Amino acid sequence: MTGSPMPAGRHRHLISAADLSRDEAVLILDTAAELASVAGRPIRKLPTLRGMTVVNLFFEDSTRTRTSFEAAAKRLSADVINFSARGSSVAKGESLKDTALTLEAMGADAVVVRHSASGAAHRLAGWVTGSVVNAGDGTHEHPTQALLDAFTMRQRLGAPDQRGGGLDGVRVTIVGDVLHSRVARSNVLLLATLGAEVTLVAPPTLMPYAVETWPCKASYDFDAELRKSDVVMMLRVQQERMTAAYFPSIREYSRRYGLDAGRMALLPEHAIVMHPGPMNRGVEIAAEVADSPRSTIVAQVSNGVIVRMAVLYLLLGGAAAAA
Amino acid sequence: MNGAGTARNGDGMAEEWLIKGARIAGADRVADIRLAGGVITGVGEDLSAPGARVLDAAGLVALPGLVDLHTHLREPGREDAETVETGTRGAALGGFTAVHAMANTEPAADTAGVVEQVWRLGQQAGYCDVRPVGAVTVGLGGRQLAELGAMADSAARVRVFSDDGNCVADPLLMLRALEYVKAFDGVIAQHAQEPRLTEGAQLNEGEVASRLGLAGWPAAAEEAIIARDCLLAAHVGSALHVCHVSTAGSVEIIRWAKSKGWQVTAEVTPHHLLLTDDLAAGYDPVFKVNPPLRTHADVAALRAALADGTIDCVATDHAPHPVEAKETEWAAAANGMTGLETALRVVHLAMVDTGLLDWAGVADRMSARPAAIGRVPGHGQPLRPGGPANLTLYDPAAPAEAVDPAAHASKSRNSPFAGMALPGQVHATFLRGTATVLDGKVTR
Repeated sequence: MTGSPMPAGRHRHLISAADLSRDEAVLILDTAAELASVAGRPIRKLPTLRGMTVVNLFFEDSTRTRTSFEAAAKRLSADVINFSARGSSVAKGESLKDTALTLEAMGADAVVVRHSASGAAHRLAGWVTGSVVNAGDGTHEHPTQALLDAFTMRQRLGAPDQRGGGLDGVRVTIVGDVLHSRVARSNVLLLATLGAEVTLVAPPTLMPYAVETWPCKASYDFDAELRKSDVVMMLRVQQERMTAAYFPSIREYSRRYGLDAGRMALLPEHAIVMHPGPMNRGVEIAAEVADSPRSTIVAQVSNGVIVRMAVLYLLLGGAAAAA
Repeated sequence: MNGAGTARNGDGMAEEWLIKGARIAGADRVADIRLAGGVITGVGEDLSAPGARVLDAAGLVALPGLVDLHTHLREPGREDAETVETGTRGAALGGFTAVHAMANTEPAADTAGVVEQVWRLGQQAGYCDVRPVGAVTVGLGGRQLAELGAMADSAARVRVFSDDGNCVADPLLMLRALEYVKAFDGVIAQHAQEPRLTEGAQLNEGEVASRLGLAGWPAAAEEAIIARDCLLAAHVGSALHVCHVSTAGSVEIIRWAKSKGWQVTAEVTPHHLLLTDDLAAGYDPVFKVNPPLRTHADVAALRAALADGTIDCVATDHAPHPVEAKETEWAAAANGMTGLETALRVVHLAMVDTGLLDWAGVADRMSARPAAIGRVPGHGQPLRPGGPANLTLYDPAAPAEAVDPAAHASKSRNSPFAGMALPGQVHATFLRGTATVLDGKVTR
């Protein structure tokens, strides 16, 4: 590894994409790029975090994110404990704090937490001595998703040697239920830090309050934005948003804000289509778009493991080297 | 009523006091105050009172005993958070001589039996007069009127009715309640919150909540109910009191309703006069309250409204919670903040130090007006001979000290002012001539 760990004390946790400076974000992406070359080798495991314990604390079901973190930690030789809220003492009413103290007693060096409440990772960080990695807190943030998205964009759109580079001038359009999206919040913050030009597209009911204070633009007109997009990121839309009257019907939503083959044809030649998953095929994204060469959806999954390896390495690697 | 019959206060055994050299709020002069037999027997220069205990009040401001229209004492049901005794002890330390105990107890204060129980607990504690608030609807359920008349006729003599914590959202039920309580000079105190507009709401709908990913509590959800209720109160010529006004828009609506001559009154909490929603940035639920902390513009509008009288009074919305109710993620945490023991100091900082109110104004907004709105006999009266000896001596020059919730008499520690340096100190509180607080400490 050539990337040096982040300065001790500056970052013990990764809670928000806003915590990262441009240099720090680029360091994570560069570290991930190094690790990607290891991933191509026959022996894919690194001894870096041997003897360290990473706990996956998932209060919400998310097999894809949990397995991604699990794979990342195991490839760095860490011991992994999966602590799922379902069927555990949490389901019996144990508080987040008591769960944190339990993990603390088990000697967790890092806690990867997914929780339905915004700010849960932030609170947890106050109760444990190990590192906390936010794997999604309510409708707040999901910073490793933003990092893997940025990594994928740099991989697909960047210069041949992307090391050290950001995403300057890359035009990213994020479409869908921005209001309830932690993926959108983290992406807006990280992509702006990396120099990208982000535009959010949503029906007015799903656009966050005071979005004009965010480091991005906002639009209700999907078609107008498509023509000037290098990246289109489609967000998952949930059925229950319809019952809460955010839009009249799934079909109307799909017509106005779904990405189908016709809309995809409006994109510039080089543009890519992203989706954090899981997808609602036929709702926000048509099957032929999801399966097209423009789609990076499968690459995002494999990049997720690599980027999460980079995050764990940079948060814990310094401590491991010292020990 | 409470005035005459308590075992420990005002029963002829009351102490005799000579308070020397206090600045009388509203009278604009320094004078001695003599207390005997539960009443003020003299106000003037160089009074003598052989045998009376003497209190040197040089530099202290004498205010009529403070009256809180909005206190959660939690008893019966949540004695782990507060009891009538601990809550009223805190009230006395904050300079209060009367508090209104909100109805959202377990069981709810929706019958004559429960309100009488709370009233008696207040008498037994003896720190200040406890005026129970009756629930408007059975179990605060918003479906059927509680027996308002029975509570009014009970020993507790209930005059303020509120489902606080819940909004009386059904317009017909609200109209009927407003009209019905006219028979006994009652007032409906509304927790103005449109329920559909605030489903799952966590924090003021604004830039901060949006960034933090917390579901927004829009100002319009408060303002829509206030506007509706003003129209309803006008329609039946009844008295409406608006609890914990929190937005600039609400102020405008209340100003308009008052300009029409309608019987609308309103309160603001100390925390809404000082704190803003950006404090939620660390997701510490000590800042979670309902209605939520708003913006700097709202705070400025609330202060101006309290200064010009559009908002009649300060009410604490003292809402104690056990530690575990706040040591959680934000969404799971209980709403509410303690406030009795810091209210006067916060008003000092937010209103007096800013030049918006003088001490006469403080006496009006924290004693006279709330006593009038709550129909509280024996409280809120000017410090004059013959008046009840309910008064508070406040030291405005006491150096600002950081608030330490662990030192509070309240059973709960959820003060949003923890660690904040607040000016002043409540030096003494007298309830019907008997000192409940001396030298900043309860007397027993």
